[in-house]
Amino acid sequence: MSQDLIEREILIEASRERVWAVLTQAKHVAGWFGDSAEIDLRPGGKAAFGWTQYGTHRAVIERVDEPNLLSYRWARDTDVEPAEGASTLVEFTLTEVFAGTLLRVVETGFASLHATPAEQDKALQDNTEGWTSELAELKEYAERSAA
Amino acid sequence: MTALRPGRRAGPAEPDEVLAAMADPTRRRLLGVLAADGPATASTLADGLPISRQAVAKHLAVLSRAGLVTSSKHGRDVRFAVRTGGLSEAADWLAGLAAEWDDRLAAIKRIAETNE
Repeated sequence: MSQDLIEREILIEASRERVWAVLTQAKHVAGWFGDSAEIDLRPGGKAAFGWTQYGTHRAVIERVDEPNLLSYRWARDTDVEPAEGASTLVEFTLTEVFAGTLLRVVETGFASLHATPAEQDKALQDNTEGWTSELAELKEYAERSAA
Repeated sequence: MTALRPGRRAGPAEPDEVLAAMADPTRRRLLGVLAADGPATASTLADGLPISRQAVAKHLAVLSRAGLVTSSKHGRDVRFAVRTGGLSEAADWLAGLAAEWDDRLAAIKRIAETNE
């Protein structure tokens, strides 16, 4: 699969249960993602993240494995369904570490946002490395050879 | 606190054409060859890949429209080269999205580490 992705992580000095609550409980989510949140926490459940100024981004929950993993697909535009090709997938993993919890987020699916259906199919069969990292490498390469 | 708005509207404009160009593995491969080996003609590029010169030319046209390659004439040859500016814009856009996640993760950390 073509892994066009963004990957970030942070160490949190709190238990996984606590971090899980912040990730999944609407009252907490509204504190870090939008101004209001609704979450039906089960695979296939609907979620909505509202920004007072911008509108609501709808989402659908994909995987729920408390307190290890949460993923959802969220619509790129406001007030549309989070369909394939119009949404990206966000996956959180929570790992217990000595000092607390390592929280990792991976967002994927940027390539298919502007791809034709044929290209999306091709991307699914594609085993190449992530193109977001390719992009950075290409840039580096090209700059080096230009220097 | 002010909630962080989604990356969709923040930061540099989304490089739609670049994303569309990068969605195809053959085009990524062409870019890779041009970046690694320097400027080349469509024929030279086709020699190293299992596709026709015509197909290569079509892909190069898409890359060119997206601002990822430039072309220049050398006698009868048209040579294509990677345009680093185009790559930088796309890389900056992605870096912006990544920075937004950093901000959100920092906010999650603040909330999680605060006692209820």
